[in-house]
Amino acid sequence: MPGRRPSHPRSTAVTQQATPTEDPALLAEFEARIARGESIEPKDWMPERYRRQLVRMMSQHAHSEVVGMLPEGNWITRAPSLRRKLSLLAKVQDEAGHGLYIYCGTETLGVDRQQLLEELITGKAKYSSIFNYPTLTWADMGVIGWFVDGAAIVNQTALAKHCSYGPYKRAMVRVCKEENFHKKQGFESVAALAQGTPAQHAMVQDAVDRWWWPTLMMFGPPDSDSPNSAELLRWGVKKYTNDELRQRFVNLTIPQAQAVGLTLPDPSLRFDEATGNWVFGEIDWNEFWQVVKGDGPCNRERVAARRAAHEDGEWVRAAATAHAEKKAARGATRAA
Amino acid sequence: MYGTVLPVGEGAGQEQDPTAKAPAAGAPTDGAIADGQWQLWEVFTQETQGAPHEHAGSVRATDAGHALQNARDVYGRRGKVISMWVVPTGAIAASSPSDAGPFFDPMNERPYVHPHFYKAPRGVRGV
Amino acid sequence: MSETEPTTPVGTNGVGTAPVAAAPAQATAGIVSDPLVEYLIRHGDDRLVLGHRLSEWCGHAPILEEDIALGNIALDLLGQATSLLGLAAEQEGKGRDADALAFFREAVEFRNVQLVELPRGDFAVTLVRQFLFDAYDVLVTEALSRSAHAPLAGVMAKAHKEARYHVRHSGEWVVRLGDGTDESHRRAQRALDDLWRFTSEPFLMDDVDRAMLAAGIGADLDALRPRWEASVREVMTEAGLQIPGGAFVARGGRTGRHTEHLGHMLAEMQIVARSHPGATW
Repeated sequence: MPGRRPSHPRSTAVTQQATPTEDPALLAEFEARIARGESIEPKDWMPERYRRQLVRMMSQHAHSEVVGMLPEGNWITRAPSLRRKLSLLAKVQDEAGHGLYIYCGTETLGVDRQQLLEELITGKAKYSSIFNYPTLTWADMGVIGWFVDGAAIVNQTALAKHCSYGPYKRAMVRVCKEENFHKKQGFESVAALAQGTPAQHAMVQDAVDRWWWPTLMMFGPPDSDSPNSAELLRWGVKKYTNDELRQRFVNLTIPQAQAVGLTLPDPSLRFDEATGNWVFGEIDWNEFWQVVKGDGPCNRERVAARRAAHEDGEWVRAAATAHAEKKAARGATRAA
Repeated sequence: MYGTVLPVGEGAGQEQDPTAKAPAAGAPTDGAIADGQWQLWEVFTQETQGAPHEHAGSVRATDAGHALQNARDVYGRRGKVISMWVVPTGAIAASSPSDAGPFFDPMNERPYVHPHFYKAPRGVRGV
Repeated sequence: MSETEPTTPVGTNGVGTAPVAAAPAQATAGIVSDPLVEYLIRHGDDRLVLGHRLSEWCGHAPILEEDIALGNIALDLLGQATSLLGLAAEQEGKGRDADALAFFREAVEFRNVQLVELPRGDFAVTLVRQFLFDAYDVLVTEALSRSAHAPLAGVMAKAHKEARYHVRHSGEWVVRLGDGTDESHRRAQRALDDLWRFTSEPFLMDDVDRAMLAAGIGADLDALRPRWEASVREVMTEAGLQIPGGAFVARGGRTGRHTEHLGHMLAEMQIVARSHPGATW
């Protein structure tokens, strides 16, 4: 993107200290632009903290797409029908594309992909905790499409409509357009299993039981414990809080579960007439923080798999670069 | 998704400044990259005959042909593309936001470039 | 292809026939008697098996752009396989469908050439194999897009467009790897040395091929071979890779005689489908 600004400190860190004091006039004008609903573009003036928050959020998002290929990739070779094999492969391929689109967005903020990948494969980067859970049966593919992509769509649709940073917003528009089929293919698969043989029904109910709570955690910590939210909301990166999006997802999903005769593993679920919301039980935040901090069931395998892909691919990337250089040199010689 | 996983100060690599070098202004156009990365290219796609090429995103690749190939796979995989351009990111010169006023506003103040500035005699059609 | 008693077809109920021990040399279990069915299955299996092998890269490629590119090619091949096996099942008229053919046949009933079933190896093996296949594929799809069998011609016309892109992608990678670094050159040359003996099989014509050619349905593989050799030679020259000698020609896939690798691949590919006989997905 034009407008990468090498003058930026090239760190993806968002820290409490070392934030420059912003010029109050510029900051006021920036916030007025946000208030008017304008898009912030790469070359526009922005507070350093805005830039860092974006880099943090976008890089976590991009990493999540890329790591998210692994749990589902685990079942591409075992898909039980040709149709399912095609749709699963197409979906996982989309995740590679979506990761790439979002990395393109971070490139506009002066942070390049290589640097972010380094952080991912050294275990420093964060990504969505959901992908650190194992995919144990074929039914997990349907349930991930239904729950995880359903949750992603709730979040990404809000970003596509409202995000104040132009490149991120545009990436989300493209992502939402392509992702339309992800949730639907997941739910279709879930419905087929739920209405299938007793063994299939048991398989899909088990998958629902395992994925429900981790999916609710995907929206991030509760508003009371979400230190980044206020800033992200104030600057229009996000429009809704974690809890608002979580509630929206729960309200959407419960009727879908009922429609296919599956139960959700939360005995305290009840519909609240007054608010029109489904009230759900307490999320185990200890588990959430443990997984975020690297101690989930599959964190080590996921990072190791991405590291292996990157390191085993080093000679390939080097070969392509070397060949392009040789070709350019031969062209220069011929031209001389 | 995943926008708000971790609080400030608990996160990705703030202990160290990444070693990557700042991008060169005006990236090279021969695919040679200082830090071993493939070069960045901006991709513009045309969806229908006669439509403009619009910015779609970027890819990394070693040369123009390679960039087109990657652009086709990344941005053309949903079939709605009939033509593509790729341009080295460093080759794009962009206007600067602080110029926006002096740079663009004067253009809106030329009433004589709009048809309603002119009158035609009553009853004459198709002018 | 001479005929044997067809064994009990494997139905969608998933009750397979055990592979026949010591099958006669010219034919194996599950042989179908209709050469057109056989022909459609051969081309379908090539694409199913290679698409499956390519899909193993998803999430593990050297760079995201290539995850996406390999995914595209795998999707193309698996899509072609779905169409071709669907036509085969229809033509056969025994109540099987494309899924029954893909998930409820034994390795000895698969009809793909051995080249496509070999493990994916490193990126050089994958791309050199892909190029060797694509260079054949672009020719055979072109020939079959003129087939007298309209449904086959339709599938192959679309497949030909896809193959033209595939061969460009894999050909460029072969050149990049052969003419890249010392390491990539070494890996590409080793891949070519290992794979070369598998490259004759797609062009070997047997009774099925001859019957299909005579009926105006099939391709003249003898006529395609020199064109394949010329295009392969051209790319290998540009890549600085030596085409190996060696007289041994690996063959047998077209009659169900495979390498040791296919059985393992199918065990993985078919496990879910076979664990739930009669289920729909």
